Amino acid sequence: MLRYFLRKLFVYGLTFVLAVTIDWSIPHLMPGNPVLTLMGRIQIQDPKVAQQLYAHYMRAFNLDLPLWKQYWYFWVSLFHGDLGTSILQFPSSVTSIIVHAAPYTLGLLIPAILLSWYAGNKVGALAARRKVLDNTVLPLGYALTATPYMWLAIILSWTLAVIWRVFPVGYGYDPTATRGFTWAFIGSLAYHWFLPFMSLFLVSFGGWAIGMRNMIIYELESDYAHYLGALGAPQRLIRKYAFRNAMLPQITGLALSLGTILGGALVTEIVFSYPGLGYQIYRAITNEDYFVIQGIFLFIIIGVLVANFLIDIAYLIVDPRTRTGMMAGGGS
Amino acid sequence: MSSAPPTALAAPADTPQLKALGGPKPMSSLREAVHFALGNRKLVFGISVTVAMLLFAIVGPLLASHAPLAYGGDLAAAPTTHDGYWFGTTLQGQDVFSQFVNGLRLAFIVGALGGGIAAGIGMLVGFTAGYRGGVVDEVLNMLTNVVLVIPTFALLLVIASYLRVRGIMTESVFIGFTSWPWAARALRAQTFSLVSRDFVDLARLSGRSSWKIIFREIAPNMSSYLFMMFILLFGGAILIAATLDFIGLGPSNTISLGMMMQLSVQNAALQLHLWWWFLPPGLAIMAIVGSLYVMNVGLDEVFNPKLREM
Repeated sequence: MLRYFLRKLFVYGLTFVLAVTIDWSIPHLMPGNPVLTLMGRIQIQDPKVAQQLYAHYMRAFNLDLPLWKQYWYFWVSLFHGDLGTSILQFPSSVTSIIVHAAPYTLGLLIPAILLSWYAGNKVGALAARRKVLDNTVLPLGYALTATPYMWLAIILSWTLAVIWRVFPVGYGYDPTATRGFTWAFIGSLAYHWFLPFMSLFLVSFGGWAIGMRNMIIYELESDYAHYLGALGAPQRLIRKYAFRNAMLPQITGLALSLGTILGGALVTEIVFSYPGLGYQIYRAITNEDYFVIQGIFLFIIIGVLVANFLIDIAYLIVDPRTRTGMMAGGGS
Repeated sequence: MSSAPPTALAAPADTPQLKALGGPKPMSSLREAVHFALGNRKLVFGISVTVAMLLFAIVGPLLASHAPLAYGGDLAAAPTTHDGYWFGTTLQGQDVFSQFVNGLRLAFIVGALGGGIAAGIGMLVGFTAGYRGGVVDEVLNMLTNVVLVIPTFALLLVIASYLRVRGIMTESVFIGFTSWPWAARALRAQTFSLVSRDFVDLARLSGRSSWKIIFREIAPNMSSYLFMMFILLFGGAILIAATLDFIGLGPSNTISLGMMMQLSVQNAALQLHLWWWFLPPGLAIMAIVGSLYVMNVGLDEVFNPKLREM
């Protein structure tokens, strides 16, 4: 079990180092002086601000130092939580932008991931080999899982917010409300949260339902299920065993799907102008605010690695074989 | 994108067994496959929709009477038969039909190219790791796990944002190079299970080269599996490309389905009720990817008799 954890941690460590290295090297791989290119693309009228910015960039990139030192300083500033400064929202730091935006994204993502996983597995398991239910769940599931996240967001926004006006069109909360721990403000947050959450929830729900349905059918056709059936075990018991076995690949699948749903959250936020990381990264991309893009990338990497580790622990709890060292779970 | 594939391919069809089921006087396995394929509603539905969309993508641009990015139509006009603006116009007076069919073509290109590259890398890594085993397997497995854990979409964001000119080819290549790991992992497991069989041992004794054994003995025994893998990677590549394009990192000098959605949202098409602008692109992606997924399940049922509906 310790070996299992050490292996996992090694992979995550390697991934992190690799990701940081890529993040650092991309601006260096581009031709020309990145600072001049950056300066050329932002039109700043005030020469004083421009000079200040130029000096800041030269320092930030450490372009006068040898490469290995630049790389080293990148790591040093990373561990000091210094991810650079935004151009668009000068002079606020990238770290502060992330700190303000991340709660919105996490508030969407975590409930959407957990609830869609739970509901999708339940519904998928119910639908498998049950004709009537399967005939509705299967097409619906495929339609949902094939829907681009932003399109479902567009549909929900257009119908429920623009046409029927049941929900707000966008933003994280009512801008006229006073911020604070009041019921009115929390209500406003929840009211604005619902539609982006629903679009994330529905798309991934479809994927989980389909996955579970297919897994259960495989399990019901396996030898142990037939054997149980031959012994005269009630169908409910066989399904219960099938469900528990089908659970394992779904947990592994949860880790694999993190990147996808994360991309989904980013674009959903754009549709709803929801003030999370997706909205920030969109603004950064359209305004070529590179430090923000790179900083959010690093934040996402760390988040995904932590989530992967938590899923590994869940796998250990659910699958006793990994604990006794019979096999390395999650297919490592 | 990736939530469906690993589970859908978790327990693959066992083609050698399927062939053995034919008994002493077997129906030719091809004829048998065709028989069950035509009888499978999911497969027939999936293939029909995909082919219809493909034909639309090929023929559509020939029917369009305006260039995708050309201005000049009435602003924000609803669909009409007049002057070839069948899908209406954008807020700036561009032809939505022309943009749509152009985007449809790009979607198929990204799917084929991105999915093809990913399948190629997945096969290379999966076969090598599964066949060689040992240290080679350890190293390749480590590589697979690292790329699997990296949120590749975020990585694509960073890379694409630094590219000044973005083409559909570069986009496909990047998608291909980041979406192969689950395929490699699945193929590795498959190869492992085949490598220890008698016919592979026999081929080894005959002194053939490893690659010949892999492609003549091992790969044909999971051809259905490989095909299904390609289908899923194809659909996945289309979805990733649409998401990238929507976030503002689409190819320059052309317009894709994802970019259509981005521009419509940016120009408040929702508030202005210009549904002909934002409905078709997403619907098309849903139709293509959905029918590919349904086709995949259909194929699974055709190749694996246990899964057929009772």
